[in-house]
Amino acid sequence: MSDVAIIGFARSDSSITTSGVETLVPVFEQALAQAGLGRQEIDFWCSGSSDYLAGRAFSFVNAVDAIGAVPPISESHVEMDAAWALYEAYLKILAGEAETALVYGFGKASAGDLSRVLALQLDPYTVAPLWPDSISVAALQARLALEAGLFSERDMAVVAARDSGVGAGELLGQAYLRNPLRTHDVARVLDGAAAVVLAGGERARRGRADRSRPAWITGIAHRIDPQGLGERDLTTVPSAALAAADAGFDGEVDVVALHAPFTHQELLLRAALPDGRQVRILPDNGQAMFSAGLSRIGAAAEEIMSGRAETAAAHATSGPALQQNLVCVLAAAETTPEAER
Amino acid sequence: MSIAFDYTRSLGPVLSRFMTGLRDGRVLGGRTADGRVHVPPLEFDPLTHEPVTDLVDVSPVGTVISWTWVDQPLEGQPLSRPFAWALIRLDGADTALLHAVDIQDQDQIRTGLRVRAKWSPSRIGHINDIACFEPGSTPGDISDMSPGEPVKIMTTPIRLHYRHTTSDEEDRYLRALADGRLIGQRCPACRKVYVPPRVCPADGVAPGEVVDVADRGTVTTFCVVNVPFAGQRLDPPYVVAQVLLDGADIPIPHLVLGLDAGDVRMGMRVAAVWRDRSEWAATPVNIAHFEPTGEPDAAYESYAEHL
Repeated sequence: MSDVAIIGFARSDSSITTSGVETLVPVFEQALAQAGLGRQEIDFWCSGSSDYLAGRAFSFVNAVDAIGAVPPISESHVEMDAAWALYEAYLKILAGEAETALVYGFGKASAGDLSRVLALQLDPYTVAPLWPDSISVAALQARLALEAGLFSERDMAVVAARDSGVGAGELLGQAYLRNPLRTHDVARVLDGAAAVVLAGGERARRGRADRSRPAWITGIAHRIDPQGLGERDLTTVPSAALAAADAGFDGEVDVVALHAPFTHQELLLRAALPDGRQVRILPDNGQAMFSAGLSRIGAAAEEIMSGRAETAAAHATSGPALQQNLVCVLAAAETTPEAER
Repeated sequence: MSIAFDYTRSLGPVLSRFMTGLRDGRVLGGRTADGRVHVPPLEFDPLTHEPVTDLVDVSPVGTVISWTWVDQPLEGQPLSRPFAWALIRLDGADTALLHAVDIQDQDQIRTGLRVRAKWSPSRIGHINDIACFEPGSTPGDISDMSPGEPVKIMTTPIRLHYRHTTSDEEDRYLRALADGRLIGQRCPACRKVYVPPRVCPADGVAPGEVVDVADRGTVTTFCVVNVPFAGQRLDPPYVVAQVLLDGADIPIPHLVLGLDAGDVRMGMRVAAVWRDRSEWAATPVNIAHFEPTGEPDAAYESYAEHL
């Protein structure tokens, strides 16, 4: 068994074409350059995307064009945020089936009506036929938390104010988008893509041109809550708490990157995750569908690779109302002592 | 462009009884081993993992436990005027159901409000048999439906709309078509000419030099379409072939017409039949189909690489 590290990360906050190919080519180039690897040195490719977002069947197969599949490559895909593709690639390296992997997510949410597209991830018998839009579903969750007294609309505005620079008071003066959510409570949806390069043990320890250091994955886990919106207490996030426990996240890290598509969800996550010393929260600039969670992991890794942090944790979510959660803990120091390697 | 599909799903034992109940004007919940009643019912008990078989009637009246307000309803939603979404716990149930509440404005909805199912006048065994909920603490009117066979299947039409964005290369290709020209682009790494131009799937790099290719070429392989399908524009049998245009390194798919389907063969030389110039737009449809040129067949070696 080998330790696994992140050695490259790149993202794009725009997407040129619906297929994603033209966006992915330069993102791959940047991530591979940072990792000091050529594309033919990647043993395993894994992506996260959605046909419903692209409006075409097998859209991820089309995106393989961006890789250059000659000679043939080993490739896989998840119909989830690419953070879960990273989990698959991590296992592949742990299992000894690959030494290096490139994980990518992409999506052009603006090609369709995202809030209707996301209705289709709900129960196909009793919920999706009603077309509940994704912002409405989040609003139902926010109200439950507000009326339970967990936080206030002002607390939610403070989250938005931190990232936007506009005062919370001013934000609260805006009309509701979906009561009790205002526009600032909903993450700006971006078109985009992201790529993360993983490498195992020896391969990760090799020096890179930019002298960046590997961000070692000391723990990673994901959990899921019941899919029925009425089946779970929407004011808690048990799957996030369990994933954090499984990943060994105790809150004692230098920096945390949370993936919260709505302000109230950041507050719910902060309550669900272990409370450590005063950590720095990495701001997020928007929600690039199917790559936002992977980007959070990449951004946390970047903090370590650049030397700005010694330890970091990243969180990713997928599904409605924080249903699925993944936690990844990263460190500059390897977990396995040199003598035991 | 709009994409639509009628999803037809078999229901299984639990949802079949639930949907049959809705058709008959009843709401059924599923009781799990811990005694809790779930509406909608679960198919399997989340604690014991046993199939759920105990379905019980719950009231069509319940209490709003959370809500939000939709000013501008979206396509497909239960109401076309402003309405509330609510999580509703029906009397007799332990879990909440998501549905729409028909109410004048958002000042009138609140958590704790008592609401009742408003039944659709014609019910088929579908979640939309409850048209929506409305304020009320006693069951509403319901039209009699003569009980029939159990509902086993439900159909849900899904309709989504997209605006596709082409790449620079696709854009150039489509504009050339509008001028009656076919172009490809050469991969800077392997020198192959791709038609339509695209990121080289072998090398993963953007295409370079723009190359004119001929509107004639060689049939590499083909199939005879014998099966009718929705939206078909030609009467079977007809031929869809891969045509390797002269100057290109990848074939394009197109129709080969103007002869019996049985006479199309590999290596056959064909030429594009363009529609009338007045009909041209930035689309491959400008070429109606391909027809044989009468030239001798191309040697197998000349297209073997493309099979």
